[in-house]
Amino acid sequence: MASADVHPASEPARCVFLFRRHLDRIRTRAGPFTDPDSFSGEAVAGAMETMKILVIGAGGLGCELLKNLALSGFKDIHVIDMDTIDISNLNRQFLFRQSDVGSFKAEVAAKFVEKRVKGVKITPHNCRIQDFDEDFYMQFQLVVCGLDSIEARRWINATLVNMVNEDVEDSYKPLIDGGTEGFKGQARVILPTVTSCIECQLDMHAPRAAVPLCTLASIPRQPEHCIEWAHVIAWDQEKPFPSLDKDDPEHITWLYQKALLRAHEFNIPGVTYSLTQGVVKNIIPAIAATNSVIAAACCNEVFKIASNCAPFLGYPDNNYMMYSGNDSIYTYTFKHEKKDDCPVCGNLARKLDVDPTWTLRELVESFAVRPEAQLKKPSIRAQFKTLYMQSPASLEEQTRPNLDKTLTELGLTDGEEIGVTDPAFATVSFKFKLKFKQSD
Amino acid sequence: MTEVVMRQTPPILHGPSEKERKYDRQLRLWAASGQAALESANILLVNSGAGTVGIETLKNLVLPGIGRFAIYDEAVVEEADLGVNFFIDESGLGKPRSQCVTELILELNPEGESTLEALLATSPIFTIIVFTYPARAEHTSLLQEYSKQHKTPLVAIHSAGFYSYFQIQLPGAFPIVDTHPEETATTDIRLLTPWPELSEFAKELTKDIDNLDNHEHGHLPFVAILLHYLEQWRETHSGSNPSTYKEKIEFRRLVQGATRTNNPEGGEENFEEAVAAVLKTVTAPSLPSGLREVFEYKHSDPNEQMSGFWIIADAVKTFYAKHKCLPLPGSVPDMKAQSKVYIQLQNIYKKKARQDAAEVLKTAQEIAPDRDIDAAEVELFCKNAAFVKLINATGGTGDRDTSNTDRLKTVIAQELENDENAEVTMTPLSLLPIYLALQATGRVASASADEILAEVAKTVPEASQNERIRNAAQEVARAEGGELHNISALTGGMVAQEMIKIITKQYIPIDNTCIFDGISSRCQVVRL
Ligand SMILES: [Zn+2]
Repeated sequence: MASADVHPASEPARCVFLFRRHLDRIRTRAGPFTDPDSFSGEAVAGAMETMKILVIGAGGLGCELLKNLALSGFKDIHVIDMDTIDISNLNRQFLFRQSDVGSFKAEVAAKFVEKRVKGVKITPHNCRIQDFDEDFYMQFQLVVCGLDSIEARRWINATLVNMVNEDVEDSYKPLIDGGTEGFKGQARVILPTVTSCIECQLDMHAPRAAVPLCTLASIPRQPEHCIEWAHVIAWDQEKPFPSLDKDDPEHITWLYQKALLRAHEFNIPGVTYSLTQGVVKNIIPAIAATNSVIAAACCNEVFKIASNCAPFLGYPDNNYMMYSGNDSIYTYTFKHEKKDDCPVCGNLARKLDVDPTWTLRELVESFAVRPEAQLKKPSIRAQFKTLYMQSPASLEEQTRPNLDKTLTELGLTDGEEIGVTDPAFATVSFKFKLKFKQSD
Repeated sequence: MTEVVMRQTPPILHGPSEKERKYDRQLRLWAASGQAALESANILLVNSGAGTVGIETLKNLVLPGIGRFAIYDEAVVEEADLGVNFFIDESGLGKPRSQCVTELILELNPEGESTLEALLATSPIFTIIVFTYPARAEHTSLLQEYSKQHKTPLVAIHSAGFYSYFQIQLPGAFPIVDTHPEETATTDIRLLTPWPELSEFAKELTKDIDNLDNHEHGHLPFVAILLHYLEQWRETHSGSNPSTYKEKIEFRRLVQGATRTNNPEGGEENFEEAVAAVLKTVTAPSLPSGLREVFEYKHSDPNEQMSGFWIIADAVKTFYAKHKCLPLPGSVPDMKAQSKVYIQLQNIYKKKARQDAAEVLKTAQEIAPDRDIDAAEVELFCKNAAFVKLINATGGTGDRDTSNTDRLKTVIAQELENDENAEVTMTPLSLLPIYLALQATGRVASASADEILAEVAKTVPEASQNERIRNAAQEVARAEGGELHNISALTGGMVAQEMIKIITKQYIPIDNTCIFDGISSRCQVVRL
């Protein structure tokens, strides 16, 4: 898309009533589905203008979210994104132009929307969400997520759940989360501690099954196996560059060549540059149209929650909308139930099926691949002793010998509770209750 | 003299071009062929009303690189546009809306024609036309006429308040070959009808199965394992395959029992794969419903019959009649096996697929000797045969002005009846009341709830007694023809997705109406 020309703004001589005419018809007047007890047509515009909304992510969904919120009557919006603009963003991230490549997404997006929609203030933060503490998040009334990383979602979810203080009404921050993949996507509303949270729903985003190392090392059959071999094994052996930068075409080209040679050796067809890049970076296809659908679905919920002018997703019934556009169009809007054994918002320990003959190492490694855990660097404590700590180094060294002991040798028993922490979720201790596999 | 040290350089491998990098995330969905189709498309938007839903649709087509577009819009930019349309700014106040939007969506000259009629007459043929409600009757009839004459798909959109719908009118039956089925659905390995080469290969691998060492036994591809035990099964079942569910479970037990557990791993991954594959792959070939519809389709247009698709479809039908199965797609799922053995197996399937495609090509050439049949098109058809889909098979027009009102009445009656049992059957309520209420304001800027109900009553006499239709009418009246940006952005996203599917002839478009309810946050697709 060629760059759109933004005309120099003339001094606004407009009538606010006219400007928001379309919006006001809906938000200032009750409809047949409006709940009269929570709705006030006179106060709604003022209330929405003073609300502070946080948008996380200024990418494909983020650009749409900012536009939609600005045109939904919100005036104080913050946006966080640490990324800079890449050329492959331009097919959908419509606030960016060729000349913006390399600049911070949050900054460029904020400036663009501020310029186009008068009277809206957008504050960009070019950093990671983990760089802020609870005090920062406390200032917002609503948080909207347009992220592609499940880890960042889990982090903000855990943080918002942790911030809830039953005695302080302002401590409940609804989280509206969107995600897309190709022609599919989902929009969900989370009322922290009240309804099912992202951690409760973690099994809806099962990680892709990893290819066994022995397949990569000795019996590759697919082009992906050759690429993973280059990525996991050849790179480590040859260390062609000090560290792998997945965005550096030179690095990708190196992996591509290695994969190609290996594929040649085993007569495996299908290794291409594009596939190499896709596998190594775990690229998810993305288009403007789907982002438009999902971001608008999220902002529609934000608008309804903020204005009370119509029932919204989240409570008491449906809280999740699944969208699929591959084969016709299909939405499935349902209630995802809160889980009592959710490590973030529940109070019961979650059952964990284990084999007592496993070594602690096997248990540690299993956390990464279990759909309900997905913890990459877990530290584990039993009730009365520390089993394994990833850091600090001294403690790691001290607990390392435990890794080779079996669960039985470590004195763990069926039904015992363990606590698991992971650097990706600084504030949360995941509680699990061991359930020993019956030997048969 | 300087010494030149020659270093062995790897072959020069070209990375992606600038364009491939820009479009990388979408090329992974529709490949270069889909992109080429988009880039040669020419879109017309006939915009009206608050004008946002049409522009949001267009934005989602301009971004992935649509070739050309034109906007026809009689509106002049006013204050209210600034609060709902992102592609309008203050400098546009008082200017033609089409011009302002075009400037901001793309640095492109707006079409200079002053009437829709002149625009249609002077522009290169449009690939698809989108128009928004409310629309003038003379405009929709002009577009209908154009659509009939040029076989141009028409898309109508209506967005007001929390509601929207859009309707696609295709110029006749619309077949899609490249439907992109879910990968898990596509396994077709013909275990019950193996051809000689496959049987031989499996036999060779399994002839001494019980005496293979653990490594070899644990690396037999599951295809060979299942073929071996099917053979064994037939020997004890008077030559017949396991066919009932009960027999398949029994067969699965047989395979499970053959797994070695006295090895260091305490089991075998390849046998686990074989056991898991029994129910899905030990099945006789059958004709999928989508393809059956294609085979049984009766042409009303003799020109249509002679298109590449229908000639190949005929040839595949002949193939099916002769062999009682479809051409082999030729792909093999990944499975635990030695690299060499897997590649051999893959090649056996590929070779058979090529043979089948060659036979189909030959038949197609016999059917249409004076036509140049594209071998690549035949190959794609054979690969996807089980998933070929026909949209708009009955040729409905989908247009509100000429649609068969009897048909509409039948659908409405059915939907309203379903609603009465919705609580028992746990099905979501019909969204047709929303369609009816929006449609009632298709010609006017806004209307009261009573006016809307009166208009709906022309099709559904009992409209005012139906609470859901009454509510929908009130909700539409509340909007007074105003659009909510979110609802229009969402609808514009869906419409753009559908237009991309139609232009690229990939994935499956809706047939033919999609209704969205922004209050219950869901949509419904229904054929009207
Ligand atoms: Zn939870």
